Amino acid sequence: MIYLDDMDKNILNTIQHDFPLDIHPFQKLGEELGISEEEIIRRLERLQNEGAVRKIGPVINRNRVGGSSTLVAVNVPEDMIDEIADCIDEYPEVSHNYLRPDKYNVWFTLSASGEERINEILKELNRKTGLEFINLPTVRLFKIGVRFNIK
Amino acid sequence: MDAIDEQILIATQDGIPLTGSPFRDIAQRLGLSEEEVVERIRLMKEKGMIRRFGASIGHRDIGILANAMCIWNVPEERVENVGRIMASFPEVTHCYERPRRPGWEYNLFTMVHSYTREDCEQVAARISESTGIKDYRLLFSEREFKKTGVRL
Repeated sequence: MIYLDDMDKNILNTIQHDFPLDIHPFQKLGEELGISEEEIIRRLERLQNEGAVRKIGPVINRNRVGGSSTLVAVNVPEDMIDEIADCIDEYPEVSHNYLRPDKYNVWFTLSASGEERINEILKELNRKTGLEFINLPTVRLFKIGVRFNIK
Repeated sequence: MDAIDEQILIATQDGIPLTGSPFRDIAQRLGLSEEEVVERIRLMKEKGMIRRFGASIGHRDIGILANAMCIWNVPEERVENVGRIMASFPEVTHCYERPRRPGWEYNLFTMVHSYTREDCEQVAARISESTGIKDYRLLFSEREFKKTGVRL
């Protein structure tokens, strides 16, 4: 696990949502947090190298830029999990993929140019694996706002 | 979305460089000023094409190891009300209604992230109490196969 001091936590809690949109964002961030641009960059380099920060960039709303997304569930036999997960992950349209043991154990999100493409991928996966993929598109969205409160 | 916005999203979706002027290269490539690039990002955010611009956290790497998808069986006529209550919990990061399928009656999905499984279970119990929804399950992620986020 990555060691985080108070300033690291402060940076992480800030830049999830309040990353300054500025041509010199790290300088601005440094001003807000009371440290130099160099120190911000040095800390972020470490945080990124060690995996605490995956990336700093846009979280794209697929449905607003032309496209659709969905959640897919599938029940994969225990001994085929790695193979099937690789097969699913090959698609660039797959944005998240997790093992969550239950009635269906592999759960992934698809985000594609449109519904036709989603159906095409699911049909292809079914052909390749013989498994039944359960398509669970959003009916109503009540909340989306991943923000980790890092303690 | 015009072609320039699309190019900006493609250029930044895997992360901006950690430099003093992280938008300079993109601006040069697209024949824009850095200010124009930043302004376009701000506008895309305002229009909802970008949900947020900022850091994606490797939550497992920093010890937020428990991540539960809570699934709830909510009567049709209560979905709107219950969905709102669930969304109001700060521990709930996502809340969606999804369709029922043959043999699958869970129609509300909430994501809860926390440091421990017990934390997640307690949050779910509190949600159950305040909504009256008793038929629910917690699906904990045991492995992460992929987490790239939405890419164009």
